[in-house]
Amino acid sequence: MSAPLRVHIDRDRCQGHNRCFALAPELFEVDEYGYAKEIGDGFVPPGLEGKARLAVANCPEHAVTIVSTDS
Amino acid sequence: MAERPPVNDWSSDFDHTDPRWVNDPYPIWDELRKKCPIAHTDRFNGVYFPSRHDDVRAVAYDPEHFSSRRVVVRETALPPVATPPITSDPPEHAPARRLLLPAFSPNAIKRLEPRTRQICAELIDRVVGRGECDAAIDYAQHIPVRVIAYMLGIPEEDGDQFRAWIHMSLEQGITDYEKAMQALGEISAYFRKEIGRRGDRRGDDLISFLLDAELDGRPLTEAHLLGTLRLLLVAGIDTTWSAIGASLWHLAQHPDDRTRLAADPALIPTAVEEFLRAYSPVTMAREVVKETDINGCPFKPGQMVFLSFPSANRDPAVFVDPDKVLIDRAENRHSAFGLGIHRCLGSNLARLELRVALEEWMRRIPDFSLRDPGAVTWSQGTVRGPRRLPVRFPLR
Repeated sequence: MSAPLRVHIDRDRCQGHNRCFALAPELFEVDEYGYAKEIGDGFVPPGLEGKARLAVANCPEHAVTIVSTDS
Repeated sequence: MAERPPVNDWSSDFDHTDPRWVNDPYPIWDELRKKCPIAHTDRFNGVYFPSRHDDVRAVAYDPEHFSSRRVVVRETALPPVATPPITSDPPEHAPARRLLLPAFSPNAIKRLEPRTRQICAELIDRVVGRGECDAAIDYAQHIPVRVIAYMLGIPEEDGDQFRAWIHMSLEQGITDYEKAMQALGEISAYFRKEIGRRGDRRGDDLISFLLDAELDGRPLTEAHLLGTLRLLLVAGIDTTWSAIGASLWHLAQHPDDRTRLAADPALIPTAVEEFLRAYSPVTMAREVVKETDINGCPFKPGQMVFLSFPSANRDPAVFVDPDKVLIDRAENRHSAFGLGIHRCLGSNLARLELRVALEEWMRRIPDFSLRDPGAVTWSQGTVRGPRRLPVRFPLR
């Protein structure tokens, strides 16, 4: 089995478009200003890898990344 | 409006009010992206037009050289009247924006869904038995007006007046200074009256919220308060109306997409993003305040720059088949709501209105077509969308 994915939001890049939150509310949350961050430590539960990749591919500011946990 | 000299060369003499640009700008932008990715015109006292995504992004990310103090390209610049935060630069920008963000966060906006749905349903009730209507005039234009009036706590019945002011300011006002100033004065007077009417009473509305709001421990100045209220009124109306209208314009001409969305409403949120990408309504502008260059092209202070998110969203370097509208496009990093620190404050609200407007329309009027494609007209300037959109549909 491959290592689990982790998602991460660069808070300096996030401008609150909320695409990640809309596409993968299981993985992201927003604060009262509408800025997003990964829930908990960002580990992606099995079955949600597709949603994690969608969140990355739809962020206009390139603020969402998938971090490898292999090493 | 006075006749303007015809454009012979889009790369060195473009005119965004030219009927060819207004009616179908996409082939012009495709050509510019290939041959002259940063076009320029001496019209409107000098304006640049970057057409590629990367160059649009570079301008949007650089408030030091590209100021927001003027965000509309006009024949004659208006006196510097601020509408914070859209006309604010750092460092004033962040606190003015932070003040408003909670009112437009996803969780705050979610509460408006029932009222939005009710507004859409009422509008459809009026036309559904007729077999035809103007989807822009009878439907799209009313939705954002009523929602923002509801949020601001002002009468929804004043909607005709709001739309008239927006037309004067953002369309006629491009070339008619007096009209733009008249709209500015009348909107300010309208809000002064609304503020006076409230006196010491406060409600659960945005005007009440702003009356009690503080920046740096002090209440907002009257100029800041009125500027922000003018922004909230103007920014959310013709933009969302255009996005709803353009989506219906597309669906009226694409039976396969209609059938698919009617059968699978869960696809509407994805389709909404694709309509926003392909028919992005808003082109902002910046003023060059310090000389710089992008991709070897010098930008001279005092001139304006269009931030064409609509053109960036058709850039083949970023999007596969950018001129194809694929309602299930899963990877869609579009910038219809801008990029960088000025990301549209109302984007969550716009998305809600667009989704609900399409859900309600497709549920009640799943099959419809253009009554007369030649009768469709488009607005010019900062915001592009259909202003006349006659459609017909079978009675059910």
